[in-house]
Amino acid sequence: MMSGVEGFMYPNEVELQWSVLIVLYPFLTGLVAGAFILASLERVFQVQEVKPTYRLALLTALAFLMVAPLPLQLHLGHPERSYEMYLTPHKTSAMAMFGFVYLWYLMAVLVFEIWLDYRRDIVLLSQSTTGWKRLIYRLMTLGSSNISEHALEIDDRVGWIITLIGIPSAFLLHGYVGFIFGSVKANPWWSSPLMPVVFIFSAMVSGIAAVMLLYMLSTWFRKQTIDMRCVDTVARYLFYTFIIDFGLEMLDLVHRIYESDESFRSLDFMVHTKLYMSHIVVQIILGTVAPITLLALTQVLRLGEIARKRIYALAGCLTLVGIFAMRWNVVIGGQLFSKSFLGYTTYKMGLITREGLLVAVALTILPFLILWVLVKLLPPWPEKNPGSLPGTAPAH
Amino acid sequence: MKITRRHMLLLLPAAAIAWEYVRAGTPETSPNYQLSEHWWGMLIDLPKCIGCGNCVRACQAENDVPEGYFRTWVERYHVTDYDIEDPHVDSPDGGKKGFPPSKEAGGKNFFVPKLCNHCADSPCTQVCPVGATFISPDGVVLVDKTYCLGCRYCVQACPYGCRFINPQTMTAEKCTLCYHRITKGLITACCEVCPTGARQLADLKNPHDPIHEFLKTHNVQILKPSMATHAKVFYNDLDGSVR
Repeated sequence: MMSGVEGFMYPNEVELQWSVLIVLYPFLTGLVAGAFILASLERVFQVQEVKPTYRLALLTALAFLMVAPLPLQLHLGHPERSYEMYLTPHKTSAMAMFGFVYLWYLMAVLVFEIWLDYRRDIVLLSQSTTGWKRLIYRLMTLGSSNISEHALEIDDRVGWIITLIGIPSAFLLHGYVGFIFGSVKANPWWSSPLMPVVFIFSAMVSGIAAVMLLYMLSTWFRKQTIDMRCVDTVARYLFYTFIIDFGLEMLDLVHRIYESDESFRSLDFMVHTKLYMSHIVVQIILGTVAPITLLALTQVLRLGEIARKRIYALAGCLTLVGIFAMRWNVVIGGQLFSKSFLGYTTYKMGLITREGLLVAVALTILPFLILWVLVKLLPPWPEKNPGSLPGTAPAH
Repeated sequence: MKITRRHMLLLLPAAAIAWEYVRAGTPETSPNYQLSEHWWGMLIDLPKCIGCGNCVRACQAENDVPEGYFRTWVERYHVTDYDIEDPHVDSPDGGKKGFPPSKEAGGKNFFVPKLCNHCADSPCTQVCPVGATFISPDGVVLVDKTYCLGCRYCVQACPYGCRFINPQTMTAEKCTLCYHRITKGLITACCEVCPTGARQLADLKNPHDPIHEFLKTHNVQILKPSMATHAKVFYNDLDGSVR
C-alpha cells in the first residue's frame, strides 16, 4: 500500500480518490459546452460561415452529454443511491447541483433545441419512411405534424431564444465543473477563482476543435468537398479562444510562481517530476503551444487549401490531446501531493477494473457511437437529406 | 485474616477512590443523554505523547478500522535547528506499532497524534452532495453510512487527510470521537488507553470540564488555522513546523 510514496503523505492520502473516470467527466462536458457555443455562433451571433457545422455541433453536444454522467455513476461507491441527489440535495454542496444543471442542460436546452431545429425534417421523415423507422420518427414528432410556414417561423423564434438561454447554460454547465474543483480550499492545486473561467475557455477550445475535426472527417467520409470558408472561420475562432485560454492559464501560473505561497515548493517539485510529461510536455508544449503556433501560421501566411486542411487536422488533434492532458493534470495532479506538502504518491491505473483504462476507453468511444446513430437518425447534412419529400427545400 | 481498625483506616479511602472510579465509569444510558448539553472536542497534550501507538491500536480494535486506513494516527516530526518549514516526518503504519529509533541526528523529535478535528465549520460536511455527513448537535462530525454515495468529495475537502473510503462499505469513514461511547458517559477508546494522558476528551459546554482551565493556562493551537474550519482538537505546545 505504501509503495509509490515519496516523502511523507498523511496515511489516508496514499490512495487516490478520483480516477481517470473523473478526468473523463470534465473532458466530456467540456466538449458538450464547447460544441454548443460553436453552434450558437451561427444561431445567435449570425456567423453564417459556420452554418455547415451547426447541426453537427448540436448532435455532437448531445452525444457527449448523454455519456457525461456515466463515468460519475461508475465511480460512485453506491451508484444505486445517486438519485438521492435529486431527492435530498444538500444546499451547501456544489456537487449536489450536478443533477439539476445536467437535466436543465440536457432537456431544457439541448434536446429542446435539436427537436425544434429538426422538427420539420422529423415530420417529413415520418411520412417518407416505412417500418420501424417510421414509428421512431412518428414518436419523435411528439404528435405535432404542423409544418406550415407560420409554425416553422415560431419554431425558429423559440429555437433562437433557447440558444440564447443555452449560452449561459453552457457556461454554467462547465463553469460549474470548474467550481467543483476550484472551491476545494484544502487543495491549493485546485483552489482558485480562475478555475471555472479556465474550464469554460478550455471547454470552448476542445468543443470547437472536436466539431471542426468531426466536420472535416465526416465530409471526407461522405466524399463531399470541405467548405473551406467554414473551416477557416471555425479555426479562427479556435485560435482566438485558445489564446484567451492559454492567457488565463499562464496568468494562473505566473501568479502562483510570483506569490510562492506555502504550497508552491511542493507543487513546483511535482510539476517538474511526476507531472513533467503530462503537464509540461503534453499539455503546454504539444497540446497548447504547438496548436496555437500552427493556427497562427494559417492566420499569418498565405497557405494553400491542402496545407490549411492538414494544419487544421493536426492542430485539432493536438488541441484535444492537450485539453485531455489539462483535465488529467487538474484531477490526477491535484491528488499526487500531500496536503502536508511533504510528499507525493503515485496514481496506478487499473486495466480492467471498474475505474480502469478499458472502461475509460469504452466511455470515450461510446459518444462517437451515439453520434453515429444520431447522425443516421437525424442527418445534419442539408444537401443530401434522404428523408426530404421530393420538391421540398431542406430546412438549413 | 482479622481486619483491624488500622486495616480499616487504610482500606476505606482506597475503597472510596475505587467506588468513585466505578461510578465515573458507569455508562450513562443513552436515553438520558442530552445532545444540547455537550459540545465535544479533544485536547492533545503534545509534550506527554510518547508515540507508543496505543491510541491507534485501540481505535482500530474499537471501531473495526480496515487495515491500511486510519481514523487516528501518530506522526513523528524531526526538525533540524531553524529549518521549521522543512521538517522530516514519518508515520510507519500510522504509528500503530510505535516507532523505530530515529536515525535523525541533532534537532528535535516529537510526536503528533492526528484525528478528525470535528471542525465547527467543516469543509467535508459543506461539500457532501446529499448531507450524508453532518455535524451532530453535540459537535461531532458523523457520516450516515446508509446514505453516503461514496463520491469521495468529502475526502478531497478535508484539509487534514482524516477521511477515507472504507473498502468494505464503500462509504466515507472517519473518527466519530467514539460517539457510541461518549453518548453513554464513556471516554473515547484512544483517550482510555493513552498511558500518559496526552489525549483528553473535552466537553466544551461543560463548565466543570478541566479543558477550560487548561486552555486558559497553556499555549494551545489548532492545526492549519488558516483553513478557518474552527477545529475542536486543541494541541498544547504545538510546534510551528506541524501541518
